Amino acid sequence: MNGNFTIAILVENNFGVLNRVTSMFRRRRFNIKCLTVSETESAEYSRITIIAEGSKADKKQLIDQLYKLPVVTAIKELSDSVAVTSELLLIKVKNDPETRPLVRDAAEAFGAKTVDYTRESVMMQMTGGTHRVDAFIDLMRDYGIIEICRTGVVSLERGSSTIRKEEM
Amino acid sequence: MKLSGADIIVRTLIEQKCDVVFGYPGGQILNVYDSLYKYQNELRHVLTAHEQGAAHAADGYARATGKVGVVIATSGPGATNLVTGIATAYLDSVPLVAITGNVPNAQLGSDSFQEIDITGITLPITKHNYIVGDVSELADTIREAFRLAMSDRPGPVLIDVPKDVQIAVGDYEPAEPVQPYEKIQAKDIRIEQAASCINSSERPFVYFGGGLVSSGAAEEMLELAELTDAPIGCSLMGISGVPTDHPRFLGMQGMHGHYASSMAMHRADCIIALGVRFNDRVTGDRTKFATGAKIVHIDVDGAELAKTVTPAHALRGDLKKTLTKLLPLIEKKSHPDWQKKVAELRREEAQTLDNRDGMTPRRAIMTLNSHLGENTPVATDVGQHQMWAAQNLNFKRCRRFITSGGLGTMGFGMGGAIGAGIGVGERAVLVTGDGSFGMCLNELATAVSNNIPLVILLMNNGVLGMVRQWQTLFFDKHYSNTILDRKTDFVALAKAFGADGERVETPEELDAALTRAFAFEGTYLVECMIDKDEFVLPMLPPGGSMDDMIVKVGD
Repeated sequence: MNGNFTIAILVENNFGVLNRVTSMFRRRRFNIKCLTVSETESAEYSRITIIAEGSKADKKQLIDQLYKLPVVTAIKELSDSVAVTSELLLIKVKNDPETRPLVRDAAEAFGAKTVDYTRESVMMQMTGGTHRVDAFIDLMRDYGIIEICRTGVVSLERGSSTIRKEEM
Repeated sequence: MKLSGADIIVRTLIEQKCDVVFGYPGGQILNVYDSLYKYQNELRHVLTAHEQGAAHAADGYARATGKVGVVIATSGPGATNLVTGIATAYLDSVPLVAITGNVPNAQLGSDSFQEIDITGITLPITKHNYIVGDVSELADTIREAFRLAMSDRPGPVLIDVPKDVQIAVGDYEPAEPVQPYEKIQAKDIRIEQAASCINSSERPFVYFGGGLVSSGAAEEMLELAELTDAPIGCSLMGISGVPTDHPRFLGMQGMHGHYASSMAMHRADCIIALGVRFNDRVTGDRTKFATGAKIVHIDVDGAELAKTVTPAHALRGDLKKTLTKLLPLIEKKSHPDWQKKVAELRREEAQTLDNRDGMTPRRAIMTLNSHLGENTPVATDVGQHQMWAAQNLNFKRCRRFITSGGLGTMGFGMGGAIGAGIGVGERAVLVTGDGSFGMCLNELATAVSNNIPLVILLMNNGVLGMVRQWQTLFFDKHYSNTILDRKTDFVALAKAFGADGERVETPEELDAALTRAFAFEGTYLVECMIDKDEFVLPMLPPGGSMDDMIVKVGD
């Protein structure tokens, strides 16, 4: 049975590390739907968050292959029940006097903030889980989306435990 | 002490107990070659004819000795010529350190003369690779590369050293040779579960591969087979892991595996797989593979567990360490019915063996067997001759069969034989075919100029036999581009390189020629004429199951 899973990977913060990780995904044909990367609380490490699609066996294989990369220091699966997962959306829609109140109502309901406003366009910013972001984008389709950009998810475990406690 | 980067490279290699390196000089590695000149009494360098040959030689050395093989090449084409050699080592988990020169750091990324992104190119075929930015990191990078290459599942590591780093002066303090990372043992609970599965089996089968050889766990494996009263089979990479004539050993598995070995594994109710992967060449159709068996899979690489077949018990750990823990939990059993079945399979196999008169491939290899010393390393190239060798060679000692399994690299043999011969310090043998030999014969020059005692058994059938076999069976005898008909006089060729040789057409001539070859000081080529329509049998058709095995070919 295929499904989505979210995995956080702590890697050395060096030149070319992202390439080593993504090159492995490519050559082993893993289906990565979303990937984010940034520095962490320590400058020595970067954190990669991925959402991948596959079976339980695919997930095991992906984690096992990740462990074989010397640049990988820790790996943790982050399911919705144990982690807070969020992404940022910037969306630009047509600024039409007829639909303007509808856009405004939807934005309010979803907690989206207007960050740019011109005669022709409105740009809004919102954060939330992937489903919520998807739902907001879907709603905006009726009002004429000009352009969107989303960051992909970041995910952090609830409570005081960290990925680093899982270090190898 | 203060040393140049180039000196640091050579001193660190010596410090790591490296006694020989294989390589080829060039512009961006010149400083290292100057240091090799300086330290020539402490570190031997073997110059090959081509960087690929150097990589295969370092690989052959590592396979035969269990030590880390080292190869050195220049930037650009020198580095890219290593690629096939590095990939060969990667697919067969051979510990290798490749050191390449590159253009100075300041010029990197500008398409300079002989500049190539070799760390990018080798990313998928190395365990890890480095580009050294500063001379201060150099010695530790080499040490870490050695450690990575030999730890867990061994493999190749590449270090790219820009020229300015070779020239720069840095601190060097000698260090002890690195040791592998601590070996892991599978979890106790997993070992207990596996033991109870093994204990409850009626038809156990032990199946091992190259991982058993690299872990040095042959003794533990034999004890396990003894306790469980199990027959033993191996993958191509496992050959020479146990003496060929061991009474429990049924031989190689796979597409061209021994009949009894393949059939016994197919009928087992418990397959104990040790340091081996269930490659497509072994399983054939995975859905029909050993459907009645529970698989206990032990491997140091967790990613191999459940990669292709689903084991009942998957144990990640070093084989020697894990088996040592497992053995006390195994009950002493005997399975007379199962042994009777195995004996029956052996009898069936004996009936299919090729006992024709004349210069048959099997007879050629059997003749070679009678000349082999206990310690002789035998390398092969890739194709029919490789399978004939794998099926029929007799080995007494571990690490004496040197062959490219995973990648199947034609052209591996000459380098592999040279490296293995140097590593073991004995006359080496190369079994090759006219196709493969054509890809690596330039290394005859290396063997001759380094006075390497080497016997080359060239099985010449004038065709690319393995491909021809497939064309015969699956492509309506359309012999597209497999008839070589090259007119090469291999004996004259050997002589032109400074070696000696002769051509034989009968088993008696072969026997006499091999006697001369094994007494010869230097490299001796025996060209043995084989019919172009000889087959490698048995054969499991690609994607087929054991029930589809071709044992004999009708017309």
